Amino acid sequence: MTLRKRHIGLLIYFGVLLLPIYWMLNMSLRTNADILGGFAFVPTDPTLDNYLKIFTDPSWYSGYINSIIYVSINTVISLSVALPAAYAFSRYRFFGDKHMFFWLLTNRMAPPAVFLLPFFQLYSTFGLIDTHIAVAISHCLFNVPLAVWILEGFMSGVPREIDEMAYMDGYSFPRFFGTIFVPLIRSGIGVTAFFCFMFSWVELLLARTLTTTDAKPIAATMTRTVSATGLDWGLLAAAGVLTIVPGALVIWFVRNHMAKGFALGRV
Amino acid sequence: MRIADGYGVRLVAAMSLKLEAVTKRVGPEIHLQDIDLDIAPGSLTVLLGPTLAGKTSLMRLMAGLDRPTAGRVLVDGADVTGQSVKRRDVAMVYQQFINYPSFTVYENIASPLRRAGLGRDEIDRRVRSVAELLHIEGLLDRLPAALSGGQQQRTALARGLVKEAGLLLLDEPLVNLDYKLREELREELLSIFAERKSIVVYATTEPLEALMLGGNVVVLDEGRILQQGSTIDVYTRPASIRIGGIFSDPPINLIGGSVEQNRLVLGDVVVGPRTAHLGNVAVGQYSFGVRSNALYVNRRSDADMEIRGIVELSEISGSETFVHVAHNGVSWVAQEEGIHSFALGDSIDIYLDPAALFVFDWRGGLVAAPGRTTA
Repeated sequence: MTLRKRHIGLLIYFGVLLLPIYWMLNMSLRTNADILGGFAFVPTDPTLDNYLKIFTDPSWYSGYINSIIYVSINTVISLSVALPAAYAFSRYRFFGDKHMFFWLLTNRMAPPAVFLLPFFQLYSTFGLIDTHIAVAISHCLFNVPLAVWILEGFMSGVPREIDEMAYMDGYSFPRFFGTIFVPLIRSGIGVTAFFCFMFSWVELLLARTLTTTDAKPIAATMTRTVSATGLDWGLLAAAGVLTIVPGALVIWFVRNHMAKGFALGRV
Repeated sequence: MRIADGYGVRLVAAMSLKLEAVTKRVGPEIHLQDIDLDIAPGSLTVLLGPTLAGKTSLMRLMAGLDRPTAGRVLVDGADVTGQSVKRRDVAMVYQQFINYPSFTVYENIASPLRRAGLGRDEIDRRVRSVAELLHIEGLLDRLPAALSGGQQQRTALARGLVKEAGLLLLDEPLVNLDYKLREELREELLSIFAERKSIVVYATTEPLEALMLGGNVVVLDEGRILQQGSTIDVYTRPASIRIGGIFSDPPINLIGGSVEQNRLVLGDVVVGPRTAHLGNVAVGQYSFGVRSNALYVNRRSDADMEIRGIVELSEISGSETFVHVAHNGVSWVAQEEGIHSFALGDSIDIYLDPAALFVFDWRGGLVAAPGRTTA
């Protein structure tokens, strides 16, 4: 096989893209002394100590568990709220439907910081601070509009006649929705779940502010590694690598559906 | 009425359907205007009209998928105007091939029966018998996406038929199929309808299809009923030029002319005798219509009128040739059996029997129609 110029260019581009991730992996396998000691493209004396510490120290692994809990809650809430909403937007014409659809999207246009104080005040009042549900609900503000937007695209791709046919066949709405409609848009649901997951997983500001100890997310844990002895480079890099893993896994599962979403112009 | 037959006891519906002054408006647009229809139990009704005539809107109202803006829909004399489609005894087959993509063909056909709560054996028997009727018994385990268009539509038809609904609506079910498949399926459908006790409503844009199906026809145009009656009556006596145009393919040829004391003038040159049904027409100016299948390239009898024109276009369709002939600024289409070729721009004589002429007055209403033998 001959490498054409084009391929070489692409390989270089690919290399540049992957370099930071590789470097993080590289650092995660070295000790702090080694990292600070000198430059090495391949770790000379690889060690898994950093990973071991994360998996054995509760203050570290509980961060992952907390993140996974509120991300899952958020994804479930977002989907279960967005599915009926998207169905309504896709199937019915009602007063102000187009404006409302656009208004939903505008929720995403404001930076999360804008909502920080209201959320904090509100959740303090209700005693929700430092709970998983608090973070999950606050992330819904951004994920529900996105989920409605993506799902509406997939739902509108299903002919309305299928709904009508199901009613004529004698299906009730819940039964039709569950047994016929949802399977038809499962790629859309997969893609939506992925986006909800990703936003919630990487969001730092709200998650950190609304939690203190019991529900502290991994991203917040990572920002608190600065100690009197300086930064723990290796540990931080290992935590970073482990943070990428769930996202990469989820992408792997929805990679085929993503293409469909892109084709619909909704992703 | 409950009767026992080979499938065990089942409900045989003998539904009657009536629409009273039904109007459907969507925003400022009028989709249907003052529709009055009375459909007898067990009859076949063909809705004939060009696209956007309101055929689909009308069917959706009959099914209960849409609610009329005004007017009432009566089933067996009871008002069902606002009733949900779930509670109506109706099945519909769409123009697009609509099946549940995630169900196998078997499950697709079985779904209305399952919802009706029939027993497993009963469902199996009925699904297999209707699949056999439509020649898809070998495809029952496949998913709709793995089928050809014709097979998909057969599946949709099977699901429509299996339920034995009192009202079976078919919205141009054959229009997206290729020519041969359409012919084949149409014939099968005819024999299937003959055995049904339900009302069948069949929408089509094609006059030929309406003629083949027979039954009653309702000619729709721009949301109004133009004419209704038995298909053959409407075909032989279209009440207006517009109906003649809708119920002819290609559209009926029209030319202005006059009936004089003892002769007939078409355009300003063609002169012919005033025979047969033209004898009773009062002297005056009229529009004359003649269907393409009554125009010939060869003289058939001495009474034939001769029209000289120039070949504009010649199209071969199946076993027929359509010749478009320009005469005095009017374009005529003659339909000739067999395959012929005509050089464009050639001068040609076409012939018509005055006995095949439709006569319309200046408002477009029918004055005289040919006797049935010439139709």
